[in-house]
Amino acid sequence: MAIISKPPLSPIGMQIMLWALPALLVLAYVLPFAGVALRSVTRPAPGLENYVRIVASPDLRMILYRTVLICGVSTILTVPLAYILAYYWVMGRAVTSRLMEICIFLPFWISVLVRAFGWMVILRNNGLASDLATFLGLPAEMLATGRSANSVVIGMVHFMVPFAVLPMASVMRKIDHRVLLAANGLGAAAPYVFWRVFLPMSAPGIYSALSVSFILSLGFFVTPMVLGGGRVTMIAEAVFVQMFQTANWGLGSALGIILMLFVLAVLWLVRSVVKLDQSVSR
Amino acid sequence: MLGKSRFGIVVAGVVGLFLLLPLVAVVPFSFTAKRFLSLPGGEYSLRHYWALLDTDTWLASIGTSFLIAIVSSIVATVLATTFALGIWLLRPRLAGIVTGLVLLPIVVPPVTSAVSIYFLLAQIGLLDTIPGVIIGHVVVTVPFAVVAIMATLNRMDRTLDQAARILGASPFQSIGLVILPNIRFGLFTAWFISLVMSWEESSVTLFISGVNVTTLPKRMWDNLRLDLDPAIAAISVLMTLLTALVIILRGSRQQG
Repeated sequence: MAIISKPPLSPIGMQIMLWALPALLVLAYVLPFAGVALRSVTRPAPGLENYVRIVASPDLRMILYRTVLICGVSTILTVPLAYILAYYWVMGRAVTSRLMEICIFLPFWISVLVRAFGWMVILRNNGLASDLATFLGLPAEMLATGRSANSVVIGMVHFMVPFAVLPMASVMRKIDHRVLLAANGLGAAAPYVFWRVFLPMSAPGIYSALSVSFILSLGFFVTPMVLGGGRVTMIAEAVFVQMFQTANWGLGSALGIILMLFVLAVLWLVRSVVKLDQSVSR
Repeated sequence: MLGKSRFGIVVAGVVGLFLLLPLVAVVPFSFTAKRFLSLPGGEYSLRHYWALLDTDTWLASIGTSFLIAIVSSIVATVLATTFALGIWLLRPRLAGIVTGLVLLPIVVPPVTSAVSIYFLLAQIGLLDTIPGVIIGHVVVTVPFAVVAIMATLNRMDRTLDQAARILGASPFQSIGLVILPNIRFGLFTAWFISLVMSWEESSVTLFISGVNVTTLPKRMWDNLRLDLDPAIAAISVLMTLLTALVIILRGSRQQG
């Protein structure tokens, strides 16, 4: 058996199969990325000028601050909404579960542009929301948020909910129903079973939903540009503007690098939090 | 449990409606008889659906997107398959690092990837060309294809391959006659995910295409930013219907 389970002497063809994709990605992705990192410290002049400018300029600092704020708010709104959907998708009766599945996957597969456009016709001035507000006798601004941070948050939450559902649903599916029945049999009332048994058992799903949503939101670009209309600039939009409108490649590259460092920092933080949580619960 | 509380299910229903709301909201706008984005107000027309057949604009973009999606999804699936098979069969010492490298574009924010690919294509003179956009799409979709195929391969029984080899199959015969037929659903999933992702890709495409190559998302983007032609409502409705159809068909097949 030992002889069989060891991989056979590999023909050269097999090596080519294995390395074709990594080689392509090194050429078409890693090296160009290194080029971006290089440009961020060489354009327009060698040095850390671009990074200093990002930290020193109130406008750019504002963009970083706004990105973190909007992404944080969107994430905090997204996860509870997604949790409820995930719960009824996994635990609900057949019909409920199927309806939840359609509500989750229909938007999931639809282009971000279509979804941003949908919110635009609802939220813009004189859009559907303002018609509804007039009909209800409310001031139009109450429902029609126009081009604003609120509209951007609504669009982002809408985009992220399906992505946040998936990790939570997969954790919920693995929860052993007998544990819930046992808690119930030992006298715990239904809400108690949920808050003290089900919710803690689904916590790993909540952590990954939080991190997936936050990381995803940091890179948002289409939604803020369509729903914010240039008034709610976030970091990804700033990259686009620096690259193509002001043609400042160095600054655009530096912003792209900062965005990526941010994502890596979040990933690292999540990993340490999850590790800590595991070591506590053991 | 939450399942028994009326309140919980009502909240879930409201959240579900929130997710469907923008998809439904565009429907009336697509039937307006006016030239600009507006509610029909009693006058219904299909003119904006017919406008999608204009061969210079919308239909051309649909064709471009379709071509790019087909080619890039096939290339991505082939590369992902050979890579996943290589890892699975050879189990190289560097497997962890190489897989990490291949999955990198999932973690990197799309805009950062877009800037990298923009510089690459500028360097090799493929900016705003169909091959250039295909390269960009392959790079950002291939990691998802790799994940789909690796997930299927990891569930496959290794002894099938070993049995084929003992019975005299060469490594490549075993791949073609034993392994690939066994992971065909994973291959299909990988291809389908890459196809949809390429069809809808907007962040990288906006950086690397412009005048010569206008994919459907690029045209929708220009439309949203500049003139808000009601045709965008019509194409949104059609894309939503298509997606709904695929989901319902898939669901009924799973149950049947």
